[in-house]
Amino acid sequence: MGEGIVLKYNVPGDDFTRAGEASGAVKSQLKQMQLSPDVVRRVAIAMYEGEINMVIHAEGGTIEVCITPEYIDMVLKDKGPGIPDVEKAMQAGYSTAPDNVRNLGFGAGMGLPNMKKYTDEMKVETTLGVGTTVTMRIYI
Amino acid sequence: MTIADVQDVLKCRIICGEEYLDREVHSACGADMMSDVLAFVKDQAVLLTGLCNPQVIRTAEMMDIICIIFIRGKKPDEDMINLAKERGIVLMATGHRMFSACGMLYSSGLRGGAS
Repeated sequence: MGEGIVLKYNVPGDDFTRAGEASGAVKSQLKQMQLSPDVVRRVAIAMYEGEINMVIHAEGGTIEVCITPEYIDMVLKDKGPGIPDVEKAMQAGYSTAPDNVRNLGFGAGMGLPNMKKYTDEMKVETTLGVGTTVTMRIYI
Repeated sequence: MTIADVQDVLKCRIICGEEYLDREVHSACGADMMSDVLAFVKDQAVLLTGLCNPQVIRTAEMMDIICIIFIRGKKPDEDMINLAKERGIVLMATGHRMFSACGMLYSSGLRGGAS
């Protein structure tokens, strides 16, 4: 991560109702910094989808956001089960989320595709049984 | 149209956010899957949904949606209402079903916005 303002969040894995708190906090911070509404919204959506994924699949994790004058980096790290087939997971509509998650309005297989769509760069590093790290960058 | 006009068309009950009824809205979307809302909306001001949990409010927050309408008389709980109040989001409820509610708003001039 480059130089800039660094924000760190813990995402609790046991409380679906709180998923999105970190993304909401980052969104207000970016708004206060008067970044363009388009950038603010893209960061908020990408991070929110990632945060939801962490809660659904990985019992939570940590998020680090780095804001520089040129770009915003988001690093989402979890110690979950890992993603067996990243290529498949990137396909719109492919989901391994259980039914109870669908009842909550997620699990449509749009999480990772949305994250890719709204960011300029995205990298998924995953090891089965160890965890997943998603790194995303949005240029300002 | 304004949120007050939307309220009038759908005969909505206002749950919170009375002070924002004069805000202008030009587009809306109807969805129960929040991932769909996050994937396809751009500058949508109004969300119609049959889903009723805190993630509906969070999704609206991320998307800059300023008004949520719960269809078929769904009732948000206290936590959801507080979340919406903190974020200045109007919550309303209508007895209409999704299809009818969307159709009525469309006929009144609200559009789907850019996809």
